[in-house]
Amino acid sequence: MSSPSNGGASREGYGKALLRLAEDPRVVVLEADLGKSTKSCYFREQFPDRTISVGIAEQNMMLVAAGMASSGKIPFASTFAIFTERAFEQVRNGIARPGLPVHICGSHGGIHTGSDGSSAQSIEDLSVYRTIPKMTVIHPCDDVSAEELTVQLLGLEGPSYMRTARNKVPRMYDDESKLGLRIGAGSVLIEGNDVAIIACGVMVERAREAAFILSQEGIEGTVVDMHTIKPLDRELLARLSDQCGCFVSVEDHSIIGGLGGALSEWLSTNNPLPLEMVGVRDRFGESGESSDLMKEIGLTLEAICEAARNSVNRKNAA
Amino acid sequence: MGEGVDERIAELEEMARLCRIDIVKMTNAAGAGHPGGSLSAIDCMVALYGTTLRFDTNNPRWEDRDRFIMSKGHASPAMYAILHQIGILDEHDLMGFRTLGSVCQGHVDMNWTEGVDFSAGSLGMGLSFGLGCALSARMDSSERSIWVMLGDGETQEGQIWEAVMAANYHNVSNLRVIVDRNRIQNDDFMDVQMEIGDIGEKFASFGWDVREVDGHDMAALVKVFNWADSSNDSPVAIIANTTKGKGVSFMEDNPSFHGKAPNSQELVIALEELS
Repeated sequence: MSSPSNGGASREGYGKALLRLAEDPRVVVLEADLGKSTKSCYFREQFPDRTISVGIAEQNMMLVAAGMASSGKIPFASTFAIFTERAFEQVRNGIARPGLPVHICGSHGGIHTGSDGSSAQSIEDLSVYRTIPKMTVIHPCDDVSAEELTVQLLGLEGPSYMRTARNKVPRMYDDESKLGLRIGAGSVLIEGNDVAIIACGVMVERAREAAFILSQEGIEGTVVDMHTIKPLDRELLARLSDQCGCFVSVEDHSIIGGLGGALSEWLSTNNPLPLEMVGVRDRFGESGESSDLMKEIGLTLEAICEAARNSVNRKNAA
Repeated sequence: MGEGVDERIAELEEMARLCRIDIVKMTNAAGAGHPGGSLSAIDCMVALYGTTLRFDTNNPRWEDRDRFIMSKGHASPAMYAILHQIGILDEHDLMGFRTLGSVCQGHVDMNWTEGVDFSAGSLGMGLSFGLGCALSARMDSSERSIWVMLGDGETQEGQIWEAVMAANYHNVSNLRVIVDRNRIQNDDFMDVQMEIGDIGEKFASFGWDVREVDGHDMAALVKVFNWADSSNDSPVAIIANTTKGKGVSFMEDNPSFHGKAPNSQELVIALEELS
């Protein structure tokens, strides 16, 4: 894999994808006064007649989207990740239960969002949406993959939730490697036989850096961009169980119920191998520069390296 | 001409009577359900299905049908009774109400029942859904109308007013709301629980065209629905003043029959009164 230098925020990828999706006349976009932030504004500028502003009213947005989906449209509705949660029951009862193809994008997810503080830092969105039957849950790591995966949403029959991030991170994909992205299939960025490091979102780049450091210590890690949290790529996990024998989960999200939770469920019921989790440990965030906050919360390169060493040690001790 | 109209009204009244019989029978058979709010809403629904609503019983998913969004989804017996009358459901379907595998789910569900346009059950969501349908119809240059049935207690949900505001802002003149104003909610009378006051005035203040009607006067209902269906200026709200449990003496204006089925003795009395 090449190592693209320029960074991109996944929300930019979402915005660009909407423009690509516009050629399908069924696609409509819904906003709740945060189009400039989620980047649905790109679509609005070019297709105002297919963009619905609901004002600051997320509950209404979810059911308007559901009504449009029931009438043959394919709605893409976005706001901040945290404010989608305000309408959780609307998503559950109004969209997912009837299985309507509404695609929800929650931007500014995670601690990485930074100085707005804990009220804006959704650390439970992946978890809560993963519990809803029929929901696909996606969290891309950069703008390139966010764009590609958003475009692929058009092929889903049911609803989806995608978390995007506010801030730029180094790109993990380029024009060539993005062609390998598939919803539901984890993307292996680095192959190694000692430990499987399964990451999502802004932490994928950290996980890849950690693998370089670990390699210098003689620990060869596989690094997976598990952009699709649900459905989980069980085939890949089965392969990595044989290949690596131990796991690390890495996410800018609570360790309860998110990527780590999903891995834990799969491992404990299929192949009980060591798993160490890097994530938010049952606490809220606070204000701060993104990089300072990530250190404060423990979402660091060092934490991933330490988790990998622990996971390998547990495997070897077994 | 006048005589023909009177005959049509009499037919609709008879259809409403048969629906009421279905409502008490299916809730009795299930031992559960919401007869009170079904009996208050049924005249409005009969008037609508019997006159202005465009649908095709042979093709319930006809793209350009009018939509009927039963937002007060607990009044599902009223919906099923109507679908029985127009030939989509049969007696056997109705008697399976609330049992495992039945097409008649506890709350109306578009995935379980042909002819149902919305999966309800959680109050406050149907008007937003109807707004989405109305916006889509306009985008498609379709003539279809979107009708939404709300409970008056349901208007306590904040999302209703998000949708009321947005419908006016987006100027969807193909959206028509009926509020079943029976003045009773689950626990008690609204003026004990949470009285919202003049609902029509509130809709009007958001730019809606509002009419008030006796929700059990079939001729008046047909007239106001015909007017609403030809209205093209703004979204329309019809406040239908109703009596909860209408048609069964011991259920009328009785909060305890919001969510309680008649037992077998009560069923006998109810059927006598409706015969």
